[in-house]
Amino acid sequence: MTAVDELLAIGDDALVAAQRLGEWCSRGPEMEEDVALANVALDQLGVARLVLSYAGEADGRTEDDLAYLREDFEFRNCLLVELPNGDFATTIGKLLLLSGYQKPLYESLVDGPDERLGAIADKARKESAYHLEHSALWTVRLGDGTDESHRRMQAAVDELWPYTHELYAGNGAWLSTVESVLAEATLERPDGGWQPGGGRRGVHTEHLGYLLAEMQVLHRAHPGARW
Amino acid sequence: MSNEWPLWEVFIRARRGLSHTHVGSLHAPDATVALHHARDVYTRRQEGVSIWVVPAAAITASSPDEKDAFFDPAADKVYRHPTFYAVPEGVAHL
Repeated sequence: MTAVDELLAIGDDALVAAQRLGEWCSRGPEMEEDVALANVALDQLGVARLVLSYAGEADGRTEDDLAYLREDFEFRNCLLVELPNGDFATTIGKLLLLSGYQKPLYESLVDGPDERLGAIADKARKESAYHLEHSALWTVRLGDGTDESHRRMQAAVDELWPYTHELYAGNGAWLSTVESVLAEATLERPDGGWQPGGGRRGVHTEHLGYLLAEMQVLHRAHPGARW
Repeated sequence: MSNEWPLWEVFIRARRGLSHTHVGSLHAPDATVALHHARDVYTRRQEGVSIWVVPAAAITASSPDEKDAFFDPAADKVYRHPTFYAVPEGVAHL
């Protein structure tokens, strides 16, 4: 991967996660949780804007060019973030697995060779720590809750687990973080199974195309539209 | 409506040195989630440095029906107000 591809991977993860989480707006299980998910979405969007602006400077593209005018095969996000929200347990599961990955990633970038990316990561890691705390809290409550909430949370983890291979690929910090949350939630960690990948190379699931269609339609119909 | 989450009252301290002030209420299944929700609902614009959440059911409030008995007797006791001595010159905050 080139340096730009690495920036796109970080920015696109955040952008697509923000768009998906935004779909919960006005549909949260409770008003308070609705606001919480929207806050997380806005955090992700904030990181996406900073990172994509940076990534675009190499060839003179703006953050909007990158967000609104690329085709799905040009996106470098992991497959996990583009998967549909499913039920609340699936959304929480996605956020747990994602923030468990983003937090140590941002922390590692803070003192990295790229100072500008480090400054962005320094802001993002605090937000990410909260995303992890919030999703872990819900994972434990649902997993160690009623029979029905346990069933749904386990089903969510089982469904999402294959997509984490692309994320951690041997990252011990990620695995120990997620494993301890699953253990506290009385959930079983899925073992093995298939390992879909390709997001970092632009090979995506069918879901990304629909997500982008909705996200990009306004800008493509009215180029440069502003509030 | 037994499935509804219980109500919590939220108190936020805006800055060090100030006391916690009641800012509103919210629904949450337990105290930890209530804190998270309070953070998300009431401190999005840097309103505070510390949050308290208290189960609304744990608050004992004075009754509006007893308003007269509680508060009216204080109205005609002027000697309880510090109005019978002169404020020394140069004292700005008393």
